[in-house]
Amino acid sequence: MANPQDSLSREHGGIPWKHVIGYILSIVLTALALWVTFETGFSTRTILIIIFIFAFLQAALQLLMFMHMTESSEKNNTLTGKTQTGNILFAAFIAIVIVAGSVWVMGAGHAKHDHHKMEMDHDMKMDGDMKMDHGDHK
Amino acid sequence: MKWDEFFVTGDPLIYGADVSIGLTVIGILFYLTYFKKWQWLWREWLTTVDHKKLGIMYIASAVLMLFRGGVDALLMRVQLATPDSKFLDAQHYNEIFTTHGTIMIIFMAMPFLIGLINVVIPLQIGARDVAFPYLNAVSFWTFFIGAMLFNISFVIGGSPSAGWTSYMPLAGNELSPGPGQNYYLLGLQIAGIGTLLTGINFLVTILKMRAPGMTLFKMPMFTWSALITMIIIVFAFPILTVALALMTFDRLFGAHFFTLQGAGMDMLWANLFWLWGHPEVYIVVLPAFGMFSEIISTFSRKVLFGYKAMVWAMVIIAGYSFLVWVHHFFTMGQGELVNSVFSITTMIIGIPTGIKIFNWLFTMYKGKISFTTPMLWSLGFIVNFVIGGVTGVMLAMAAADYQYHNTYFLVAHFHYVLIAGTVFSCFAGLIFWYPKMFGYKLNEAIGKWVFWVFNIGFNVCFIPQFILGLDGMPRRVYTYSAASGWGGLNMLSTVGGFLMGIAFLILAYNFYYSFRYSERENTGDSWGLGRTLEWATTSAVPPHYNFAVTPTVTAMDPLIQMKRDKQDVKPKIEDIKKIHMPDNSGVPFFMASFFFVAGFGLVFEWYWMGIVGLIGVFITLIIRSFDKNEGYYVSEEEIKETERLTV
Amino acid sequence: MAHAEVHDHNTPLEYQSETGRLNILGFWVFLGAEIALFSTLFATYLVLMYRTADGPTPHELFELKGVLIETFLLLTSSFTCGIAIHEMRRRNRKGLFIWMIITLALGAGFLGYEIYEFVTYVHEGAALGTSAFWSGFFVIVGTHGLHVTMGIAWITLILIQVARRGLTPQTSAKVFISSLYWHFLDVVWIFIFTAVYLTGMVLHNG
Repeated sequence: MANPQDSLSREHGGIPWKHVIGYILSIVLTALALWVTFETGFSTRTILIIIFIFAFLQAALQLLMFMHMTESSEKNNTLTGKTQTGNILFAAFIAIVIVAGSVWVMGAGHAKHDHHKMEMDHDMKMDGDMKMDHGDHK
Repeated sequence: MKWDEFFVTGDPLIYGADVSIGLTVIGILFYLTYFKKWQWLWREWLTTVDHKKLGIMYIASAVLMLFRGGVDALLMRVQLATPDSKFLDAQHYNEIFTTHGTIMIIFMAMPFLIGLINVVIPLQIGARDVAFPYLNAVSFWTFFIGAMLFNISFVIGGSPSAGWTSYMPLAGNELSPGPGQNYYLLGLQIAGIGTLLTGINFLVTILKMRAPGMTLFKMPMFTWSALITMIIIVFAFPILTVALALMTFDRLFGAHFFTLQGAGMDMLWANLFWLWGHPEVYIVVLPAFGMFSEIISTFSRKVLFGYKAMVWAMVIIAGYSFLVWVHHFFTMGQGELVNSVFSITTMIIGIPTGIKIFNWLFTMYKGKISFTTPMLWSLGFIVNFVIGGVTGVMLAMAAADYQYHNTYFLVAHFHYVLIAGTVFSCFAGLIFWYPKMFGYKLNEAIGKWVFWVFNIGFNVCFIPQFILGLDGMPRRVYTYSAASGWGGLNMLSTVGGFLMGIAFLILAYNFYYSFRYSERENTGDSWGLGRTLEWATTSAVPPHYNFAVTPTVTAMDPLIQMKRDKQDVKPKIEDIKKIHMPDNSGVPFFMASFFFVAGFGLVFEWYWMGIVGLIGVFITLIIRSFDKNEGYYVSEEEIKETERLTV
Repeated sequence: MAHAEVHDHNTPLEYQSETGRLNILGFWVFLGAEIALFSTLFATYLVLMYRTADGPTPHELFELKGVLIETFLLLTSSFTCGIAIHEMRRRNRKGLFIWMIITLALGAGFLGYEIYEFVTYVHEGAALGTSAFWSGFFVIVGTHGLHVTMGIAWITLILIQVARRGLTPQTSAKVFISSLYWHFLDVVWIFIFTAVYLTGMVLHNG
């Protein structure tokens, strides 16, 4: 766990390297995401997986290098840093449940067939049993 | 808009209510003016940031809302008592079941629990107040204003009538025109702000403000349950905030999230609603478990059995409660894979709760039990809650749920969970900590009458509903034919409902009777069996700074340890030091009032008014930001005088 | 309230008061709630992804150049905001002001582009009420934009307080908290960039 005292003494004077490195990495990750999306010709699914991994990496960069997430407010007591980190990790878990859960549940079974043009369904590939349900069209 | 569209007209029941509301308001204004209480009201209550007073206001509001929600329930029961009844029409019945559900969950159960948490938790962890006392006042006032906004729908503009779940497209503009549904959206939105702030506040309070020596695994069980509840609040309430906002956009600004036109998806509302709604179930039941744990342990004179198992069971629920939401709409048709997965997760979540039942039973085993009223409610809880739990597992089976779904079987199930869990715990906790709030106990003999009448009424009301549900009676129907054969059981259920109503009246009488005649307590440990720090105060009702000297904790159940060590709770005179306390503030009250203006404007789509209200809210935020709010010090002399310490 | 003040010169100012420490932790918890809030908006957007009804598709309207400029502006502002806090920890009030004002300027530039983008879409026939997809788009991107607007106003108010009262444990805790908020807005934007724009373009390219 980083201590505010350490980070302070390390960055006393001089150039805040931590921030500079974080910034450069963010730019690089953004550029890479663009490249993967438009230049590689990977399948839709692969592109989505890769760019979301990049997004999570970049979020982690911000949290660790810019936001001092693991820093504790009291000397010799890492509880605050641990709480902050745990809080964000739990939030990430909830975020994945909400997003992936909703997309999965709303894209499955009858839900995906309701009264709208859904010609792009095949690309979603979110749900393995899609093809089974195609007989249910009303 | 004409005045007769603005006010709800035409129904004698509502005129009656108008008159009684008017008389009550006049009565209160007269009382405050005649006895010159305005200043007292402002100084002691409207501007307070004291967690104990805010807690009392939460509980008082919740009891009021219990009355309103209860009257709704009885009106429904009167309508359903006989077949083809003409007592209420369909629209009126729809409005009443909508307001009954919404009020009971959002404006009764949650504030009741949050009120008890407010009163007890800072004392229980040996703190002077919460981490953010000002924010705590904001929480209360936004909740209160949200509740008031929702409640006036009934005389101004018309009540919402799309059910407390407000499924789309029923809740959309086409099928629910007018301001009713907007009241639901805005009232819940404003109250939700308060709840979220409470979540943040108590999470930080419990993590950072505990007395020295109270490690996480020495925390009382009620504190643990509150901590887990707050985590769930922090992560679940934003989902509701968004869902409500999206529906507001649909209704007010022509967006197409859940509409049938514009390729909107009505089922997405159900999905988002229950993504919040299921964690919400744990928000209202975990604090109940915490309170029962305290009460059972206290009156069995035994340490809680399986403390660690209980803690871990709750920690798991914090995350797991977010993984079962689909069981609320198995019949919506998301296919057998999704349903199977959520069927299994739902059955598994019964396990941590089952563990707790055994913990309570083993805590009582070989204990020397005192059958006080809080203990009676706790015992009643165990028996009745098991019925709710077992029927819950039945409903968890997706295939079988197609039979139970939207029948009275479901209605009976969740009333067994919510009444036997939440309401019983509110009564138990209120009676248990009543001397902490007011300095005297509620009368035990009258309290036992309340318990028995309520319990018998409760079972007479809801057992028949299980059978009616299995017979196929759907929920939310305003009447049924004589040929259905449901008349007898419905009449029985109504009789049970009225018994619960009578029990509530006896409870109200008990408030009055005990205020007049109960013996005043003169120690902090009113029941004589206290185990935790809230009973280790020097007086029955703790002073505003709670503890003259912050206690040091060496063991779980710190007061029991102090009693063993023959240690006096009275502080030593040389330990007294000045105490820093936060200032009172009227800003939260005004902020909430501006929220009311904004909310009311948006309900009627008077956007100028909504904008005025929101500008007011921002002004109060800026005033607060520039305020130095340094607080003040309570002097040593004042503390010594309060604690009756002489040199 | 426990009022143990830390008087260690190495401890950053914002952690020196009990209130500052509590407020910072409380704000982290609030950010957790914000994550849940934005997740719900992302879920909504992704579920409604193909529901463009008779309106335009994102493929027809999304323009990479504008999005990249917005991304670059916000990313850089997050960096300069970090430098501002670095300067604050060196007790350099002037540095804090310079870097914070650069941050706000970049934020305002971002907002300008976003408003321009919205206006263009509306002209091209995609508004809040066009279809479920565009409702989802405008509300998620708009909510973020609203956050940025509030962030600019809030940080300005705090800078006024710093100018008046100097760098105290109270004001520096406020600056630190507002910086957390600003960085967080960049985190959200990373996901908007990925889930709204890139995903929208990838899936509708099909």
